Amino acid sequence: MSDPILRLEGVYTNIAQYHILQGVDLEVPRGAVTMLLGRNGVGKTTTLRSIIGHWRAHQGRILLDGQDITRMPTPAIARAGVGFVPEDMGIFANLTVEENMVLAAVSGPIDSARLDWVFQAFPPLKTFWKSEAGNLSGGQKQMLSIARAMVEERRLYLIDEPTKGLAPAIVSTMARALRELKAQGASILLVEQNFSVARALGDSACVMDDGRIIWSGEMRELVTDAALQERLMGLSMEAH
Amino acid sequence: MSMAPEHAPTMARLSLAQRLAPWMPVLLVPLLVLAGLLAIPNTSSWLTLTVSGLAMGMMIFLMASGLTLVFGLMDVINFGHGAFVSVGAFVGVSVLLLLGGMTGAPSLALNLAAMGLAVIGAMLATGAMGWAFEKVIVEPVYGHHLKQILVTMGGLIVVEQLIIVLWGPEEIYISRPEALKGAITFAGAALEKYRLVAVGLGLVVFAAMRWTLRRTKIGLIVRAGVENGEMVQALGYRLRLVFVGVFIAGSALAGLGGVMWGLYQEVVSAHMGNQAMILIFIVVIIGGLGSVEGCFIGALLVGLMQNYVAFLEPKVALISNIGLMVAILMWRPMGMIPVVKAK
Repeated sequence: MSDPILRLEGVYTNIAQYHILQGVDLEVPRGAVTMLLGRNGVGKTTTLRSIIGHWRAHQGRILLDGQDITRMPTPAIARAGVGFVPEDMGIFANLTVEENMVLAAVSGPIDSARLDWVFQAFPPLKTFWKSEAGNLSGGQKQMLSIARAMVEERRLYLIDEPTKGLAPAIVSTMARALRELKAQGASILLVEQNFSVARALGDSACVMDDGRIIWSGEMRELVTDAALQERLMGLSMEAH
Repeated sequence: MSMAPEHAPTMARLSLAQRLAPWMPVLLVPLLVLAGLLAIPNTSSWLTLTVSGLAMGMMIFLMASGLTLVFGLMDVINFGHGAFVSVGAFVGVSVLLLLGGMTGAPSLALNLAAMGLAVIGAMLATGAMGWAFEKVIVEPVYGHHLKQILVTMGGLIVVEQLIIVLWGPEEIYISRPEALKGAITFAGAALEKYRLVAVGLGLVVFAAMRWTLRRTKIGLIVRAGVENGEMVQALGYRLRLVFVGVFIAGSALAGLGGVMWGLYQEVVSAHMGNQAMILIFIVVIIGGLGSVEGCFIGALLVGLMQNYVAFLEPKVALISNIGLMVAILMWRPMGMIPVVKAK
Protein backbone atom coordinates (compact mmCIF):
# COMPACT_ATOMS: atom_id res chain seq x y z
CA MET A 1 0.00 0.00 0.00
CA SER A 2 1.18 3.56 -0.80
CA ASP A 3 1.69 6.13 1.94
CA PRO A 4 -1.65 6.91 3.58
CA ILE A 5 -2.95 10.43 3.07
CA LEU A 6 -4.09 10.60 6.68
CA ARG A 7 -2.75 8.88 9.74
CA LEU A 8 -4.00 9.11 13.31
CA GLU A 9 -1.60 7.89 15.97
CA GLY A 10 -2.97 7.27 19.47
CA VAL A 11 -5.43 10.16 19.38
CA TYR A 12 -7.23 11.02 22.61
CA THR A 13 -9.97 13.67 22.65
CA ASN A 14 -11.88 14.82 25.70
CA ILE A 15 -15.06 16.87 25.64
CA ALA A 16 -15.45 18.44 29.08
CA GLN A 17 -15.09 15.54 31.52
CA TYR A 18 -15.93 12.90 28.91
CA HIS A 19 -13.09 10.91 27.38
CA ILE A 20 -14.51 10.30 23.92
CA LEU A 21 -11.51 9.13 21.90
CA GLN A 22 -9.19 6.84 23.77
CA GLY A 23 -6.23 6.17 21.53
CA VAL A 24 -7.51 6.10 17.96
CA ASP A 25 -5.07 4.64 15.42
CA LEU A 26 -6.30 5.03 11.88
CA GLU A 27 -4.97 5.19 8.34
CA VAL A 28 -6.79 6.52 5.29
CA PRO A 29 -5.24 5.24 2.07
CA ARG A 30 -4.73 7.69 -0.79
CA GLY A 31 -7.38 7.64 -3.54
CA ALA A 32 -9.71 5.28 -1.71
CA VAL A 33 -12.87 5.39 0.35
CA THR A 34 -12.40 4.40 3.97
CA MET A 35 -15.57 3.68 5.90
CA LEU A 36 -15.65 4.53 9.59
CA LEU A 37 -18.22 2.24 11.13
CA GLY A 38 -19.61 1.52 14.56
CA ARG A 39 -22.61 1.94 16.80
CA ASN A 40 -23.94 5.34 17.80
CA GLY A 41 -21.84 7.14 20.37
CA VAL A 42 -18.57 5.28 19.87
CA GLY A 43 -16.64 8.36 18.67
CA LYS A 44 -16.97 8.44 14.87
CA THR A 45 -18.10 12.07 14.66
CA THR A 46 -15.56 13.05 17.31
CA THR A 47 -12.85 11.48 15.18
CA LEU A 48 -13.80 13.61 12.18
CA ARG A 49 -14.15 16.75 14.31
CA SER A 50 -10.75 16.10 15.86
CA ILE A 51 -9.18 15.78 12.41
CA ILE A 52 -10.68 19.08 11.17
CA GLY A 53 -9.70 20.74 14.46
CA HIS A 54 -13.12 21.60 15.86
CA TRP A 55 -12.27 19.58 18.93
CA ARG A 56 -8.62 19.43 19.90
CA ALA A 57 -6.93 16.09 20.33
CA HIS A 58 -5.11 16.47 23.62
CA GLN A 59 -2.85 13.51 23.02
CA GLY A 60 -1.54 11.70 19.96
CA ARG A 61 -0.79 12.91 16.44
CA ILE A 62 -2.81 13.57 13.31
CA LEU A 63 -0.70 13.54 10.13
CA LEU A 64 -1.93 14.78 6.75
CA ASP A 65 0.46 13.62 4.05
CA GLY A 66 3.10 13.36 6.74
CA GLN A 67 2.50 16.92 8.03
CA ASP A 68 1.46 17.16 11.67
CA ILE A 69 -1.87 19.00 11.78
CA THR A 70 -2.79 18.11 15.37
CA ARG A 71 -2.36 21.65 16.69
CA MET A 72 -3.19 23.53 13.51
CA PRO A 73 -6.23 25.83 13.57
CA THR A 74 -9.27 24.65 11.63
CA PRO A 75 -8.95 27.18 8.76
CA ALA A 76 -5.35 26.11 8.17
CA ILE A 77 -6.37 22.43 8.09
CA ALA A 78 -9.13 23.25 5.60
CA ARG A 79 -6.71 25.22 3.43
CA ALA A 80 -4.29 22.31 3.55
CA GLY A 81 -6.90 20.50 1.46
CA VAL A 82 -9.35 18.89 3.87
CA GLY A 83 -13.03 19.19 2.94
CA PHE A 84 -15.52 18.61 5.74
CA VAL A 85 -19.19 17.70 5.48
CA PRO A 86 -20.60 17.68 9.03
CA GLU A 87 -23.43 15.50 10.28
CA ASP A 88 -25.75 18.52 10.59
CA MET A 89 -24.81 19.55 7.03
CA GLY A 90 -23.63 22.99 8.18
CA ILE A 91 -25.28 24.87 5.34
CA PHE A 92 -25.87 28.60 5.67
CA ALA A 93 -29.65 28.80 5.60
CA ASN A 94 -29.85 32.57 5.11
CA LEU A 95 -27.51 32.48 2.12
CA THR A 96 -28.57 31.39 -1.34
CA VAL A 97 -27.33 28.15 -2.89
CA GLU A 98 -25.04 30.27 -5.07
CA GLU A 99 -23.63 32.15 -2.08
CA ASN A 100 -23.01 28.87 -0.22
CA MET A 101 -21.05 27.59 -3.19
CA VAL A 102 -19.13 30.83 -3.74
CA LEU A 103 -18.10 30.77 -0.10
CA ALA A 104 -16.91 27.17 -0.43
CA ALA A 105 -14.62 28.14 -3.32
CA VAL A 106 -11.89 29.40 -1.02
CA SER A 107 -9.12 29.81 -3.57
CA GLY A 108 -11.04 32.05 -6.00
CA PRO A 109 -13.96 32.08 -8.42
CA ILE A 110 -15.73 28.77 -8.99
CA ASP A 111 -14.30 26.78 -11.89
CA SER A 112 -17.15 26.51 -14.42
CA ALA A 113 -16.26 22.98 -15.56
CA ARG A 114 -16.18 21.84 -11.95
CA LEU A 115 -19.52 23.52 -11.33
CA ASP A 116 -21.05 21.74 -14.33
CA TRP A 117 -19.83 18.48 -12.88
CA VAL A 118 -21.46 19.33 -9.52
CA PHE A 119 -24.71 20.27 -11.29
CA GLN A 120 -24.75 16.96 -13.13
CA ALA A 121 -24.35 15.14 -9.84
CA PHE A 122 -26.97 17.30 -8.09
CA PRO A 123 -29.36 18.89 -10.66
CA PRO A 124 -31.67 20.49 -8.02
CA LEU A 125 -28.85 22.82 -7.03
CA LYS A 126 -28.96 24.37 -10.50
CA THR A 127 -32.74 24.69 -10.28
CA PHE A 128 -32.57 26.43 -6.91
CA TRP A 129 -29.30 28.32 -7.54
CA LYS A 130 -30.76 31.68 -6.48
CA SER A 131 -32.97 30.31 -3.67
CA GLU A 132 -32.19 30.63 0.01
CA ALA A 133 -30.63 27.40 1.21
CA GLY A 134 -32.97 27.35 4.20
CA ASN A 135 -35.90 26.79 1.83
CA LEU A 136 -34.45 23.59 0.37
CA SER A 137 -35.73 20.16 1.34
CA GLY A 138 -33.63 17.96 3.63
CA GLY A 139 -32.22 15.98 0.70
CA GLN A 140 -31.38 19.11 -1.26
CA LYS A 141 -29.64 20.58 1.77
CA GLN A 142 -27.52 17.45 2.01
CA MET A 143 -26.72 17.73 -1.70
CA LEU A 144 -25.60 21.31 -1.14
CA SER A 145 -23.50 20.27 1.82
CA ILE A 146 -21.61 17.70 -0.26
CA ALA A 147 -21.51 19.93 -3.33
CA ARG A 148 -19.79 22.59 -1.26
CA ALA A 149 -16.99 20.16 -0.46
CA MET A 150 -16.82 19.09 -4.13
CA VAL A 151 -16.66 22.58 -5.64
CA GLU A 152 -12.87 22.61 -5.28
CA GLU A 153 -10.53 19.67 -5.42
CA ARG A 154 -9.46 18.57 -1.93
CA ARG A 155 -6.77 16.18 -0.83
CA LEU A 156 -9.08 14.53 1.64
CA TYR A 157 -12.84 14.56 2.24
CA LEU A 158 -14.30 13.97 5.69
CA ILE A 159 -17.98 13.17 5.31
CA ASP A 160 -20.24 12.46 8.27
CA GLU A 161 -23.38 10.40 7.64
CA PRO A 162 -24.43 11.91 4.30
CA THR A 163 -27.47 9.64 3.91
CA LYS A 164 -28.86 10.03 7.42
CA GLY A 165 -32.63 10.41 7.41
CA LEU A 166 -32.91 10.67 3.63
CA ALA A 167 -35.41 8.98 1.30
CA PRO A 168 -34.06 6.04 -0.75
CA ALA A 169 -34.10 8.05 -4.01
CA ILE A 170 -31.91 10.74 -2.46
CA VAL A 171 -29.65 8.13 -0.87
CA SER A 172 -28.94 6.67 -4.30
CA THR A 173 -28.17 10.18 -5.61
CA MET A 174 -25.71 10.68 -2.77
CA ALA A 175 -24.12 7.31 -3.39
CA ARG A 176 -23.70 8.07 -7.09
CA ALA A 177 -22.13 11.45 -6.34
CA LEU A 178 -19.69 9.90 -3.89
CA ARG A 179 -18.83 7.25 -6.46
CA GLU A 180 -18.10 10.07 -8.92
CA LEU A 181 -15.83 11.67 -6.39
CA LYS A 182 -14.10 8.37 -5.77
CA ALA A 183 -13.67 7.80 -9.52
CA GLN A 184 -11.76 11.08 -9.69
CA GLY A 185 -9.23 9.63 -7.30
CA ALA A 186 -10.39 11.44 -4.16
CA SER A 187 -9.44 10.18 -0.73
CA ILE A 188 -12.50 9.96 1.48
CA LEU A 189 -13.07 9.13 5.12
CA LEU A 190 -16.78 8.42 5.35
CA VAL A 191 -18.92 7.82 8.42
CA GLU A 192 -21.97 5.89 7.33
CA GLN A 193 -24.69 3.96 9.13
CA ASN A 194 -26.36 2.73 5.94
CA PHE A 195 -24.52 -0.54 5.32
CA SER A 196 -25.68 -1.00 1.77
CA VAL A 197 -24.08 2.37 0.95
CA ALA A 198 -21.02 1.44 2.97
CA ARG A 199 -20.70 -1.87 1.15
CA ALA A 200 -21.11 -0.22 -2.26
CA LEU A 201 -18.62 2.58 -1.70
CA GLY A 202 -16.04 1.40 0.76
CA ASP A 203 -12.62 0.13 -0.20
CA SER A 204 -11.53 -0.33 3.36
CA ALA A 205 -13.22 -0.06 6.72
CA CYS A 206 -12.41 0.78 10.29
CA VAL A 207 -14.77 -0.25 13.06
CA MET A 208 -14.88 1.78 16.27
CA ASP A 209 -16.01 0.90 19.75
CA ASP A 210 -15.55 2.77 23.02
CA GLY A 211 -13.40 5.46 21.42
CA ARG A 212 -10.95 3.09 19.75
CA ILE A 213 -10.53 1.38 16.40
CA ILE A 214 -11.19 -2.27 17.14
CA TRP A 215 -10.84 -3.59 13.60
CA SER A 216 -9.56 -2.34 10.28
CA GLY A 217 -9.19 -4.07 6.97
CA GLU A 218 -10.63 -4.49 3.49
CA MET A 219 -14.33 -3.76 3.14
CA ARG A 220 -14.97 -6.96 1.21
CA GLU A 221 -13.52 -8.95 4.08
CA LEU A 222 -16.08 -7.41 6.43
CA VAL A 223 -18.92 -7.78 3.94
CA THR A 224 -18.34 -11.48 3.36
CA ASP A 225 -17.80 -12.45 6.97
CA ALA A 226 -21.12 -12.41 8.82
CA ALA A 227 -19.52 -13.71 12.00
CA LEU A 228 -17.04 -10.85 11.97
CA GLN A 229 -19.84 -8.31 11.51
CA GLU A 230 -21.75 -9.88 14.36
CA ARG A 231 -18.69 -9.76 16.59
CA LEU A 232 -17.69 -6.20 15.70
CA MET A 233 -20.99 -4.44 15.48
CA GLY A 234 -23.58 -6.78 16.85
CA LEU A 235 -25.43 -7.02 13.55
CA SER A 236 -25.14 -8.55 10.17
CA MET A 237 -24.81 -6.66 6.91
CA GLU A 238 -26.85 -9.42 5.33
CA ALA A 239 -29.84 -7.79 6.96
CA HIS A 240 -29.24 -4.69 4.83
CA MET B 1 -21.22 10.92 -14.94
CA SER B 2 -24.16 10.29 -12.68
CA MET B 3 -27.75 10.53 -13.81
CA ALA B 4 -30.26 13.04 -12.54
CA PRO B 5 -31.92 12.03 -9.28
CA GLU B 6 -35.24 10.29 -9.49
CA HIS B 7 -37.18 12.92 -7.62
CA ALA B 8 -38.38 16.05 -9.43
CA PRO B 9 -38.24 19.00 -7.06
CA THR B 10 -40.83 21.73 -7.49
CA MET B 11 -41.36 25.05 -5.76
CA ALA B 12 -44.74 25.34 -4.08
CA ARG B 13 -46.67 28.48 -5.02
CA LEU B 14 -46.73 30.74 -1.99
CA SER B 15 -49.86 32.49 -0.80
CA LEU B 16 -50.02 36.30 -0.80
CA ALA B 17 -49.56 36.35 2.98
CA GLN B 18 -46.46 34.14 2.71
CA ARG B 19 -45.02 36.36 -0.02
CA LEU B 20 -45.67 39.50 1.99
CA ALA B 21 -44.30 38.09 5.28
CA PRO B 22 -40.61 38.92 4.61
CA TRP B 23 -41.59 42.50 3.68
CA MET B 24 -43.77 43.15 6.71
CA PRO B 25 -40.97 44.75 8.77
CA VAL B 26 -40.18 47.08 5.85
CA LEU B 27 -43.85 48.00 5.55
CA LEU B 28 -43.94 48.99 9.22
CA VAL B 29 -42.04 52.22 8.51
CA PRO B 30 -44.51 53.64 5.94
CA LEU B 31 -47.38 52.34 8.10
CA LEU B 32 -46.05 54.26 11.09
CA VAL B 33 -45.55 57.38 8.96
CA LEU B 34 -49.14 57.02 7.73
CA ALA B 35 -50.39 56.55 11.29
CA GLY B 36 -48.52 59.73 12.23
CA LEU B 37 -50.21 61.58 9.37
CA LEU B 38 -53.63 60.45 10.59
CA ALA B 39 -52.87 61.30 14.23
CA ILE B 40 -51.29 64.71 13.59
CA PRO B 41 -53.79 67.01 11.95
CA ASN B 42 -51.29 69.68 10.90
CA THR B 43 -49.43 68.42 7.80
CA SER B 44 -46.45 70.75 8.19
CA SER B 45 -45.95 69.60 11.81
CA TRP B 46 -46.20 66.00 10.65
CA LEU B 47 -43.56 66.59 7.96
CA THR B 48 -41.21 68.30 10.41
CA LEU B 49 -41.65 65.48 12.92
CA THR B 50 -41.18 62.83 10.25
CA VAL B 51 -37.87 64.30 9.05
CA SER B 52 -36.79 64.74 12.64
CA GLY B 53 -37.73 61.12 13.42
CA LEU B 54 -35.92 59.81 10.37
CA ALA B 55 -32.80 61.83 11.25
CA MET B 56 -32.86 60.56 14.81
CA GLY B 57 -33.38 57.02 13.51
CA MET B 58 -30.43 57.30 11.14
CA MET B 59 -28.14 58.44 13.94
CA ILE B 60 -29.29 55.61 16.18
CA PHE B 61 -28.68 53.25 13.26
CA LEU B 62 -25.11 54.55 12.89
CA MET B 63 -24.49 53.90 16.57
CA ALA B 64 -26.27 50.51 16.67
CA SER B 65 -25.23 48.88 13.39
CA GLY B 66 -21.82 47.81 14.67
CA LEU B 67 -23.29 46.39 17.86
CA THR B 68 -25.76 44.17 16.02
CA LEU B 69 -22.96 42.61 13.97
CA VAL B 70 -20.83 42.12 17.07
CA PHE B 71 -23.81 40.49 18.79
CA GLY B 72 -24.64 38.28 15.84
CA LEU B 73 -21.20 37.32 14.58
CA MET B 74 -19.23 37.16 17.79
CA ASP B 75 -22.03 36.29 20.23
CA VAL B 76 -20.64 39.06 22.42
CA ILE B 77 -22.87 41.21 24.62
CA ASN B 78 -20.92 44.45 24.58
CA PHE B 79 -22.29 46.86 27.15
CA GLY B 80 -19.25 49.00 26.52
CA HIS B 81 -20.38 49.97 23.03
CA GLY B 82 -21.52 53.35 24.35
CA ALA B 83 -17.89 54.19 25.15
CA PHE B 84 -17.15 54.40 21.42
CA VAL B 85 -20.09 56.77 20.97
CA SER B 86 -18.74 59.09 23.67
CA VAL B 87 -15.13 58.96 22.51
CA GLY B 88 -16.20 59.52 18.90
CA ALA B 89 -18.21 62.55 19.94
CA PHE B 90 -15.35 64.05 21.97
CA VAL B 91 -12.73 63.47 19.29
CA GLY B 92 -15.05 64.80 16.59
CA VAL B 93 -15.95 67.90 18.61
CA SER B 94 -12.29 68.51 19.41
CA VAL B 95 -11.42 68.40 15.70
CA LEU B 96 -14.30 70.78 14.92
CA LEU B 97 -13.15 73.18 17.64
CA LEU B 98 -9.64 73.09 16.16
CA LEU B 99 -11.10 73.85 12.74
CA GLY B 100 -13.14 76.78 14.00
CA GLY B 101 -12.20 78.83 10.96
CA MET B 102 -13.68 76.26 8.62
CA THR B 103 -16.85 75.61 10.61
CA GLY B 104 -17.49 79.32 11.12
CA ALA B 105 -17.14 80.21 7.44
CA PRO B 106 -20.43 80.60 5.54
CA SER B 107 -19.35 78.00 2.99
CA LEU B 108 -21.07 74.63 2.72
CA ALA B 109 -17.96 73.06 1.16
CA LEU B 110 -15.68 74.23 3.99
CA ASN B 111 -18.24 73.20 6.61
CA LEU B 112 -18.64 69.74 5.12
CA ALA B 113 -14.85 69.38 4.80
CA ALA B 114 -14.50 70.21 8.51
CA MET B 115 -17.22 67.70 9.37
CA GLY B 116 -15.56 65.12 7.16
CA LEU B 117 -12.24 65.60 8.98
CA ALA B 118 -14.02 65.37 12.34
CA VAL B 119 -15.75 62.16 11.28
CA ILE B 120 -12.51 60.65 9.97
CA GLY B 121 -10.69 61.57 13.19
CA ALA B 122 -13.47 60.11 15.32
CA MET B 123 -13.66 56.90 13.30
CA LEU B 124 -9.88 56.41 13.36
CA ALA B 125 -9.78 56.97 17.12
CA THR B 126 -12.71 54.70 17.91
CA GLY B 127 -11.57 52.07 15.41
CA ALA B 128 -8.17 51.91 17.13
CA MET B 129 -9.88 51.91 20.51
CA GLY B 130 -12.14 49.08 19.31
CA TRP B 131 -9.12 47.00 18.37
CA ALA B 132 -7.61 47.49 21.85
CA PHE B 133 -10.96 46.95 23.58
CA GLU B 134 -11.49 43.65 21.75
CA LYS B 135 -7.96 42.48 22.47
CA VAL B 136 -7.80 43.44 26.15
CA ILE B 137 -11.39 43.26 27.38
CA VAL B 138 -13.50 41.07 25.08
CA GLU B 139 -11.14 38.33 23.90
CA PRO B 140 -10.61 36.76 27.34
CA VAL B 141 -14.37 36.36 27.87
CA TYR B 142 -15.55 34.86 24.58
CA GLY B 143 -18.34 32.39 25.27
CA HIS B 144 -19.09 33.72 28.78
CA HIS B 145 -22.08 36.05 28.61
CA LEU B 146 -22.21 37.04 32.26
CA LYS B 147 -18.51 37.89 32.30
CA GLN B 148 -18.96 39.82 29.05
CA ILE B 149 -21.66 41.98 30.61
CA LEU B 150 -19.60 42.67 33.71
CA VAL B 151 -16.28 43.29 32.02
CA THR B 152 -17.63 45.44 29.17
CA MET B 153 -19.61 47.57 31.65
CA GLY B 154 -16.37 47.95 33.57
CA GLY B 155 -14.65 48.97 30.35
CA LEU B 156 -17.34 51.58 29.73
CA ILE B 157 -16.81 53.08 33.19
CA VAL B 158 -13.04 53.19 32.68
CA VAL B 159 -13.40 54.91 29.30
CA GLU B 160 -15.87 57.44 30.73
CA GLN B 161 -13.40 58.29 33.46
CA LEU B 162 -10.58 58.60 30.91
CA ILE B 163 -12.73 61.07 28.97
CA ILE B 164 -13.17 63.11 32.14
CA VAL B 165 -9.40 63.01 32.71
CA LEU B 166 -8.64 64.13 29.16
CA TRP B 167 -11.45 66.60 28.45
CA GLY B 168 -12.57 67.56 31.95
CA PRO B 169 -15.80 66.82 33.84
CA GLU B 170 -17.89 69.55 32.21
CA GLU B 171 -20.11 69.09 29.20
CA ILE B 172 -18.76 70.69 26.03
CA TYR B 173 -21.17 72.78 24.02
CA ILE B 174 -20.67 72.89 20.29
CA SER B 175 -22.55 74.76 17.63
CA ARG B 176 -23.13 73.21 14.25
CA PRO B 177 -21.16 74.39 11.22
CA GLU B 178 -22.50 77.64 9.86
CA ALA B 179 -24.07 76.33 6.68
CA LEU B 180 -25.85 73.54 8.58
CA LYS B 181 -27.58 75.87 11.01
CA GLY B 182 -31.20 76.81 10.49
CA ALA B 183 -33.84 75.20 8.39
CA ILE B 184 -35.28 75.16 4.94
CA THR B 185 -39.00 75.51 4.37
CA PHE B 186 -40.78 72.87 2.37
CA ALA B 187 -44.56 72.60 2.02
CA GLY B 188 -44.93 74.92 4.98
CA ALA B 189 -42.74 72.76 7.18
CA ALA B 190 -39.39 73.80 8.66
CA LEU B 191 -36.82 71.09 7.95
CA GLU B 192 -33.54 71.49 9.80
CA LYS B 193 -30.60 71.32 7.42
CA TYR B 194 -28.53 69.25 9.82
CA ARG B 195 -31.25 66.63 10.07
CA LEU B 196 -31.41 66.34 6.30
CA VAL B 197 -27.64 65.78 6.25
CA ALA B 198 -28.03 63.12 8.94
CA VAL B 199 -30.72 61.37 6.89
CA GLY B 200 -28.49 61.45 3.80
CA LEU B 201 -25.46 60.16 5.69
CA GLY B 202 -27.49 57.37 7.30
CA LEU B 203 -28.77 56.25 3.92
CA VAL B 204 -25.26 56.26 2.44
CA VAL B 205 -23.85 54.21 5.34
CA PHE B 206 -26.75 51.75 5.18
CA ALA B 207 -26.33 51.34 1.40
CA ALA B 208 -22.57 50.85 1.83
CA MET B 209 -23.02 48.27 4.58
CA ARG B 210 -25.68 46.42 2.63
CA TRP B 211 -23.54 46.41 -0.51
CA THR B 212 -20.55 45.14 1.45
CA LEU B 213 -22.56 42.41 3.13
CA ARG B 214 -24.44 41.33 -0.01
CA ARG B 215 -21.96 41.83 -2.82
CA THR B 216 -18.50 41.10 -1.44
CA LYS B 217 -16.81 37.93 -0.28
CA ILE B 218 -15.98 39.45 3.08
CA GLY B 219 -19.67 40.26 3.46
CA LEU B 220 -20.55 36.67 2.66
CA ILE B 221 -18.09 35.47 5.28
CA VAL B 222 -19.60 37.82 7.88
CA ARG B 223 -23.17 36.74 7.08
CA ALA B 224 -22.21 33.09 7.11
CA GLY B 225 -20.24 33.61 10.32
CA VAL B 226 -23.29 35.07 12.03
CA GLU B 227 -25.12 31.82 11.24
CA ASN B 228 -22.48 29.17 11.75
CA GLY B 229 -18.97 30.33 12.60
CA GLU B 230 -17.64 26.81 13.04
CA MET B 231 -18.54 25.88 9.45
CA VAL B 232 -17.01 29.08 8.09
CA GLN B 233 -13.73 28.02 9.70
CA ALA B 234 -14.08 24.50 8.30
CA LEU B 235 -14.25 26.07 4.84
CA GLY B 236 -10.86 27.70 5.46
CA TYR B 237 -11.63 31.23 6.61
CA ARG B 238 -9.93 32.71 9.67
CA LEU B 239 -13.01 33.91 11.50
CA ARG B 240 -10.92 35.40 14.27
CA LEU B 241 -9.59 38.03 11.83
CA VAL B 242 -13.12 38.71 10.65
CA PHE B 243 -14.21 39.08 14.30
CA VAL B 244 -11.57 41.72 14.91
CA GLY B 245 -12.36 43.50 11.65
CA VAL B 246 -16.07 43.63 12.47
CA PHE B 247 -15.36 44.87 15.98
CA ILE B 248 -13.14 47.65 14.64
CA ALA B 249 -15.68 48.61 11.97
CA GLY B 250 -18.52 48.53 14.50
CA SER B 251 -16.56 50.72 16.90
CA ALA B 252 -15.71 53.19 14.12
CA LEU B 253 -19.39 53.39 13.11
CA ALA B 254 -20.31 54.07 16.74
CA GLY B 255 -17.73 56.86 16.69
CA LEU B 256 -19.34 58.29 13.55
CA GLY B 257 -22.73 58.05 15.24
CA GLY B 258 -21.26 59.79 18.28
CA VAL B 259 -20.09 62.80 16.23
CA MET B 260 -23.48 63.10 14.54
CA TRP B 261 -25.37 62.63 17.82
CA GLY B 262 -23.18 65.21 19.58
CA LEU B 263 -23.79 67.80 16.85
CA TYR B 264 -27.50 66.93 16.86
CA GLN B 265 -27.75 67.66 20.57
CA GLU B 266 -25.08 70.42 20.36
CA VAL B 267 -23.51 69.19 23.56
CA VAL B 268 -21.27 66.25 24.42
CA SER B 269 -20.72 64.58 27.78
CA ALA B 270 -18.77 61.57 28.98
CA HIS B 271 -22.01 59.72 29.71
CA MET B 272 -23.78 60.40 26.41
CA GLY B 273 -22.87 56.99 24.99
CA ASN B 274 -24.15 55.25 28.09
CA GLN B 275 -27.41 57.20 27.84
CA ALA B 276 -27.81 56.26 24.18
CA MET B 277 -27.33 52.56 24.96
CA ILE B 278 -30.98 52.06 25.92
CA LEU B 279 -32.15 53.15 22.47
CA ILE B 280 -29.30 51.21 20.82
CA PHE B 281 -30.22 47.98 22.61
CA ILE B 282 -33.91 48.42 21.77
CA VAL B 283 -33.01 48.82 18.09
CA VAL B 284 -30.67 45.83 18.05
CA ILE B 285 -33.21 43.60 19.81
CA ILE B 286 -36.26 44.53 17.74
CA GLY B 287 -34.25 44.41 14.52
CA GLY B 288 -33.04 40.87 15.16
CA LEU B 289 -29.53 40.07 16.35
CA GLY B 290 -26.99 40.28 13.56
CA SER B 291 -29.34 41.88 11.05
CA VAL B 292 -28.21 45.20 9.56
CA GLU B 293 -31.51 45.56 7.68
CA GLY B 294 -33.47 44.85 10.86
CA CYS B 295 -31.32 47.35 12.75
CA PHE B 296 -32.00 50.00 10.10
CA ILE B 297 -35.77 49.48 10.15
CA GLY B 298 -35.81 49.26 13.95
CA ALA B 299 -33.87 52.54 14.25
CA LEU B 300 -36.28 54.35 11.94
CA LEU B 301 -39.26 53.00 13.89
CA VAL B 302 -37.73 54.13 17.20
CA GLY B 303 -36.87 57.59 15.84
CA LEU B 304 -40.31 58.15 14.32
CA MET B 305 -42.19 56.75 17.33
CA GLN B 306 -40.22 58.94 19.74
CA ASN B 307 -40.95 62.12 17.76
CA TYR B 308 -44.61 61.45 17.05
CA VAL B 309 -45.43 60.42 20.61
CA ALA B 310 -43.44 63.30 22.13
CA PHE B 311 -45.57 65.68 20.07
CA LEU B 312 -48.91 63.99 20.76
CA GLU B 313 -48.47 62.91 24.37
CA PRO B 314 -45.13 64.06 25.85
CA LYS B 315 -45.57 62.09 29.08
CA VAL B 316 -45.86 58.81 27.15
CA ALA B 317 -42.74 59.47 25.05
CA LEU B 318 -40.45 57.96 27.68
CA ILE B 319 -42.12 54.56 27.49
CA SER B 320 -43.17 54.61 23.83
CA ASN B 321 -40.07 52.78 22.62
CA ILE B 322 -40.31 50.17 25.35
CA GLY B 323 -43.92 49.65 24.23
CA LEU B 324 -42.72 49.35 20.63
CA MET B 325 -40.18 46.74 21.65
CA VAL B 326 -42.77 44.73 23.60
CA ALA B 327 -45.20 44.81 20.67
CA ILE B 328 -42.58 43.72 18.13
CA LEU B 329 -41.24 40.94 20.34
CA MET B 330 -44.77 39.64 20.87
CA TRP B 331 -45.16 39.57 17.09
CA ARG B 332 -41.68 38.24 16.31
CA PRO B 333 -39.88 37.00 19.43
CA MET B 334 -36.52 36.80 17.62
CA GLY B 335 -36.82 40.33 16.26
CA MET B 336 -38.11 41.56 12.92
CA ILE B 337 -35.42 40.06 10.68
CA PRO B 338 -33.72 37.40 12.77
CA VAL B 339 -30.40 36.18 11.42
CA VAL B 340 -29.16 34.19 14.36
CA LYS B 341 -31.61 31.29 14.60
CA ALA B 342 -29.46 28.38 15.61
CA LYS B 343 -27.61 29.88 18.59
